[in-house]
Amino acid sequence: MSKRIRIEPSKCIGCKTCELACSFKHHGMFAPSLSRIYNEVFLEEASFVTVTCQQCDDPWCARACPSGAIVKHPDTGVVEVIEEKCVGCRTCVSACPFGMIKYVEYKQKADKCNLCGGDYPECVAFCPTGCLTFEEEDAPLRTKILNYVNVVKEGRLEV
Amino acid sequence: MFGGWIGNVLRINLSKMTYAFEPLNYEWAKLYLGGRGLGSKYFMEEVDPTVDPFSEDNKLILAPGPLTGTYGAANGRYMMITKSPLTGTIACSNSGGYFPAELKYAGIDLVIIEGKAAHPVYVTIYNNQVAIKDASKIWGKTSDEAEDYLHSTFHRDAKIASIGPAGEKQVLFAAIMNDKHRAAGRSGVGAVMGSKNLKAIAVRGTLGVKVADRVKFREAATDAFRAIKESPVTSAGLPAYGTAVLVNVINQNGLLPTRNFQADVFEDAEKISGETLASTLLVRNKACMSCMIGCARVTKLVDPRYKAQTGEGPEYETIFALGSDCGVSDLSAITKANYLCNEYGMDPISAGATVACAMEMFEKGIIPQADIGMPLKFGDADAMVKMIELAGKKEGFGEKLALGSYRLASLYGHPEFSMTVKKQEFPAYDGRVAQGMALEYATSNRGACHVRGYMISPEIMGVPEKLDPYTTENKAFWTKTFQDVTAVVDSVGMCLFTTFAININHITNLFTAATGLNYTQNDMMKAGERIYNIERLFNLKAGIDPSQDTLPKRLLEEPVKEGPAKGMVAKLSELLPEYYKERGWGSDGVPTQEKLKELNIA
Repeated sequence: MSKRIRIEPSKCIGCKTCELACSFKHHGMFAPSLSRIYNEVFLEEASFVTVTCQQCDDPWCARACPSGAIVKHPDTGVVEVIEEKCVGCRTCVSACPFGMIKYVEYKQKADKCNLCGGDYPECVAFCPTGCLTFEEEDAPLRTKILNYVNVVKEGRLEV
Repeated sequence: MFGGWIGNVLRINLSKMTYAFEPLNYEWAKLYLGGRGLGSKYFMEEVDPTVDPFSEDNKLILAPGPLTGTYGAANGRYMMITKSPLTGTIACSNSGGYFPAELKYAGIDLVIIEGKAAHPVYVTIYNNQVAIKDASKIWGKTSDEAEDYLHSTFHRDAKIASIGPAGEKQVLFAAIMNDKHRAAGRSGVGAVMGSKNLKAIAVRGTLGVKVADRVKFREAATDAFRAIKESPVTSAGLPAYGTAVLVNVINQNGLLPTRNFQADVFEDAEKISGETLASTLLVRNKACMSCMIGCARVTKLVDPRYKAQTGEGPEYETIFALGSDCGVSDLSAITKANYLCNEYGMDPISAGATVACAMEMFEKGIIPQADIGMPLKFGDADAMVKMIELAGKKEGFGEKLALGSYRLASLYGHPEFSMTVKKQEFPAYDGRVAQGMALEYATSNRGACHVRGYMISPEIMGVPEKLDPYTTENKAFWTKTFQDVTAVVDSVGMCLFTTFAININHITNLFTAATGLNYTQNDMMKAGERIYNIERLFNLKAGIDPSQDTLPKRLLEEPVKEGPAKGMVAKLSELLPEYYKERGWGSDGVPTQEKLKELNIA
């Protein structure tokens, strides 16, 4: 098993620090429009949703890439753009059903989350609430399962 | 080349319906940092201090700081600078949310709005593309509705600052709302925007903020982050209970103003406390851009009297103004009135305190019931909500409430019932019980205000060290220091709440790494002092003479009636001469030429 960015939406407070940390590390400036992680704020509902590339097992972006510029590392599972090979055709942008790879104007390359090279991702390091974690086990999922298990255990029918 | 600042000023002239970009004056930026300081410098250079706040010669400056838009430490803030119609002083009102950072991402350090549009307009900004458009479809709508309209017609991801009906009608304490629930609340900045026929500013930015030294900036940010996470105030108290964590604390210390400052202990404080809020109406907490604290309260109002609704607030000052100050212990009513303030776009402190003033004058038989149209007694929650609504609409008695408590009380011949300094209403701490706070109220450059030098922090909370609130000893030094540090915080674009955990050292490190300027802590403090002094100069030229550095008679002469601080009055006559001396001003309260030279002002 390899490590992933795990997201626990209930802990998000909508501060967008993840977007800032990401763009600062990878693009050298604070620019949410260039971030590889997306912290969406729904003001009316006061809900916050954070999404990023989940490093698919069978990545459509890689399959679609005509120049072989997107590879999935066998050890870490990271799906990465090899910039030297990227020709900036944007086929991957069309292929990803989640919108998690984009074309970046200033470098004329495709750009996506690479888990900061499989090391400790910057967005996780700066997340102030523990909404983002980097671990092998999907702790948020485990929490949800335990919540459900407790419901069943106590014989309550509504979840 | 500097980082932090972008280097662009956007100037919009609403009389001519034109706009232009111009280079930022870096010489001024180095002296005045950004935000409140730099905005005030531009304002002073360009606007005659004697200008009528509602004339087309008054300007409105939107000023994020050099750190705004970065992850420094809660750097999501900006200042709205103008001449206040409420106080006649320079006004700078602070707000957070997402709008201020978006201005930076659009490549803008300052927006200067001049003139007056012939008909209602709004402004859209997409990086360097600016448009001034007809606002007839949203004029008269609430801020929420205006935002929805602009999200659907301009850009889904735009961040928006707007006024509600109160700003349009020039209620003297109208706010400028942004991101629906954030407010540049005080001093009537919204009324100035309304007088310019400007409904909203929508901005979308896809550029970025660069810093001079990336490695050092990351280090400085990490240090600040750690300090904020280690402080119980910023890592536990504020996220869990918001600023309303103070209701019980301030009440127990006997300085929670109650019934228009007639009492300082509210018997029903528990019912309106942050703890009660958390266990009843609170849905969750929420942050502004790049904030690790998250003090904002998302609440849900379920009460048969009101429309079921999710909104934001109330925070501590609001709970005081709409609650204890009106003798109201009904948290749902306070929350409803807070939502109304947000929708109409009003400062809940001045709005609530003005209702409280009217309540006292009604009970004393000074304001006849016929003028109000209903009885207006302390503790009447429904009447309080009704008054807020009338003020927002400027209807009926609301026309008088919309003038603020000083003008209202003066209309009836009793200005002494207005709990104001320089015509701006007090926030939620009785100055009789905290002498440093009393001094800060009397000398603040925008009238009574808690966020120009929050002396409650040392005097009550013991941060950074505990001072005896009852004594005057050393308070001039502390008040000056707090005022100067606050001017720095407001100018770099940082949230004041971070200072419960971080100090001038953290701020200096962030600022120097961002801008590349090799400033020491002392340089930063000098900049803060410089900013404080130019604001003072503006006010003096505007005709706000030092005799107005005073407090209402009630605080100076009527001792506190009950509670732990029984018998206290504000000892301003002891504090003020010492303060002028500490500031290096003459005994007449005017900055000396020597002082101005020392600060590179003259």
